Amino acid sequence: MFYRESGQLKSSYVADQAMFPIAQDRWFVFGVLALAFLVAPFFINEYWANAILLPFLVYALAALGLNILTGYCGQVSLGTGAFMAVGAYASFKLVGFFPEVNFLIVLALSGVVTAAVGMIFGLPSLRIKGFYLAVATLAAQFFLIWVFNKVGWFYDYNLTGMITVRPIDFFGVRITGPEATPAAKYLFTLTVVCILALSAKNIVRGRIGREWMAIRDMDIAAELIGIRPLRAKLSAFAVSSFYIGVAGALYFSIYLGAVEPVEAFDINQSFYVLFIIIIGGLGSVLGVFLGSAFIVLIPILLKNIMVGGMGFDSGMAGHVEILLMGMLIIFFLIVEPHGLARLWQIAKEKLRLWPFPH
Amino acid sequence: MNLRKLTGAAVAAALALPMFVSGANAYELVIPSMDYRTGPFAPNGIVFANGWSDYLTLLNERDGGINGVKIKNVTCETGYNTKKGVECYEKIKGTPPSGALLVQPLSTGITYQLIPKASVDEVPIFSMGYGRTSAANGKVFPWVFNLPATYWSQATGLVQYIADQEGGLDALKGKKIYLVYHNSAYGKEPIRTLEAMADKFGYEFRGLPVDSPGQEQKATWLQIRKEKPDWVLLWGWGVMNQVAIKEAASIRYPMDHFIGVWWSGSENDVLPAGDAADGYLSGAFHAPGGGFPLHDDIRKHVYDKGLGKGDRDRIGEVLYNRGMVGAMWATEAVRKAMEIHGTTEVTGKHVRDGFEALDVDEARLEELGLGGFTYPVKITCENHEGSGKVAVQQWDAKAKQWNIVSKFYEPLRDVTGPLIEADSAAYAAENNVTPRDC
Repeated sequence: MFYRESGQLKSSYVADQAMFPIAQDRWFVFGVLALAFLVAPFFINEYWANAILLPFLVYALAALGLNILTGYCGQVSLGTGAFMAVGAYASFKLVGFFPEVNFLIVLALSGVVTAAVGMIFGLPSLRIKGFYLAVATLAAQFFLIWVFNKVGWFYDYNLTGMITVRPIDFFGVRITGPEATPAAKYLFTLTVVCILALSAKNIVRGRIGREWMAIRDMDIAAELIGIRPLRAKLSAFAVSSFYIGVAGALYFSIYLGAVEPVEAFDINQSFYVLFIIIIGGLGSVLGVFLGSAFIVLIPILLKNIMVGGMGFDSGMAGHVEILLMGMLIIFFLIVEPHGLARLWQIAKEKLRLWPFPH
Repeated sequence: MNLRKLTGAAVAAALALPMFVSGANAYELVIPSMDYRTGPFAPNGIVFANGWSDYLTLLNERDGGINGVKIKNVTCETGYNTKKGVECYEKIKGTPPSGALLVQPLSTGITYQLIPKASVDEVPIFSMGYGRTSAANGKVFPWVFNLPATYWSQATGLVQYIADQEGGLDALKGKKIYLVYHNSAYGKEPIRTLEAMADKFGYEFRGLPVDSPGQEQKATWLQIRKEKPDWVLLWGWGVMNQVAIKEAASIRYPMDHFIGVWWSGSENDVLPAGDAADGYLSGAFHAPGGGFPLHDDIRKHVYDKGLGKGDRDRIGEVLYNRGMVGAMWATEAVRKAMEIHGTTEVTGKHVRDGFEALDVDEARLEELGLGGFTYPVKITCENHEGSGKVAVQQWDAKAKQWNIVSKFYEPLRDVTGPLIEADSAAYAAENNVTPRDC
């Protein structure tokens, strides 16, 4: 009744190609953004920022990167954790060398460094596919983490091999470390994530994105119609790694503040991000936000309900949480194997017909 | 449908319950525990957490809290995972009415996260014998306390024990001492000290990393079998300890030349290897066993009332005792804070002062029912470690018990002192901390 596009006539190409062609969608997105930018910062406290919103945003960004590679270009990667580590260590070293440089530039450079590393490890994708490629990217995972753990230069010869973020100001506002206000950390991360998500949405709708999807759907056919696999695949690796690198830099600098490579960027991290895009929906920008919300936030919600609300013992709650999380994942994958984004799409279809489905 | 009902019930309960729970207005002392009862390190984490919580319950049940103010023991499950640890910390730090009076992160990774936050949030960190060693320098780290002894002190203690067996520090020359360590910040902590001592005493040192969680150590022990080091030190945790001891047994490495850090010396670690673990050594800063008067009190006031967290017959295990003694020092610091500030309504800020003036001597230990259990601890403004002594305990597989077999070694301050100075100075420079005067 309310969600209906009839009467919304498109009289120009611009209107026809809009990101959100339906007015209700557009207003909804604007509403969410307004809430996130204008309202949330006034109410945010440290718990909401450090425990909920920052990990949600950072993982959404990393998942967006992986989704570009896996969801749009069809190349499976298990090296996400390592690429996040590249971004984190790049930002650590860059801030060490050039403390005066604006942090946005540092972030971008960290992304570029990660993109370069990602392209090197993407080279095998020209020859191998599917599970075999996953194993090749697994090599990146183990090799890079080993390097960051082994070579003292990367962690400034710290005794324990940990890297700790330095105090960073962004136009006079502290954004890292304990002195930064939760609102500053949150707004900075949110801005970066929104800009990158917007660019991603546009890249995948454009020529490059279509090349990726052609390669994903059938690489031989794509080659026959004139798409160069080398360029398409490596550009997917580069763009994907750029996103993951920026996510890694934010993960280290703003969210955690101190990391050691083995725990923070291990193989579980790669799986974690992979689960986000599988649950959220492969090949969907909305999906990474839904997936990240599911994987990052549901455990915290379950924990708070069980410990805070129902008075469970924390250890007991920890076990039940693992159990429930597993059940929920299975439940959602049975209900909709294409992820939460697809569920949302179905819901939209139904809404259009509501309340007269026939 | 079932799931939907379940979720519905859960949400309803979540909304309804707080109404019944609230109501108590009296001041309470919030002492959180960051437990890990899940994950690969749970077998060790559970025992420690039981000891910690049982002691706090005992104070509530027997004495009505500390100086008449009840303790509120808030638990949070970290799974030894840094991200969950951050969530836990943010959740518990502001718990009303007092806010967290101190935090025992129980993981080197989480401790490193919290060190810069402590001074801003005014929550003292009690990283008991773990975490950042150079935090022993109270001038740079006013909010961090790593009593009773750091990893570096312990490394010097263990090397002194080795020297005693070999016939003096001069006899270490030309000996081979290897370190099998958890490949993380925790495991790497002692390396610098062991290297510094290798230069000084002329033994040959080598570190062999084992990746977390440590189930795969075949290659490491093959190397040890080949190169036959005279002594092997173990810096492991959780499942890694059990595997290391089993692997050592399988290459017939002499157990009395194999010494674990104090986190590698509990019943959980040696029992799976059976008789083969007989003679295995580990560091210790307190006695094993459940025969102290305090243990009787815990049985009487906590377990007889059905309030115990664990099994009654596991009281007195090494890690249980460690959690218990940790809670003892923490609550003594709270007591001290009350004494200094003349109020029972203390906050984290007061407890920091309490820690800094902490002085648990023999007489006090006797009063607490822990006479001879551990050594006296006295903290000052510049020294947040205390005396840093460590003894060596040995596993008796037949009797299934640990026995302390050495004296308590004083740390070699001439080795650790300059290292602590250098590392804390580096931290101060990196984070713009001005060391305070003591």
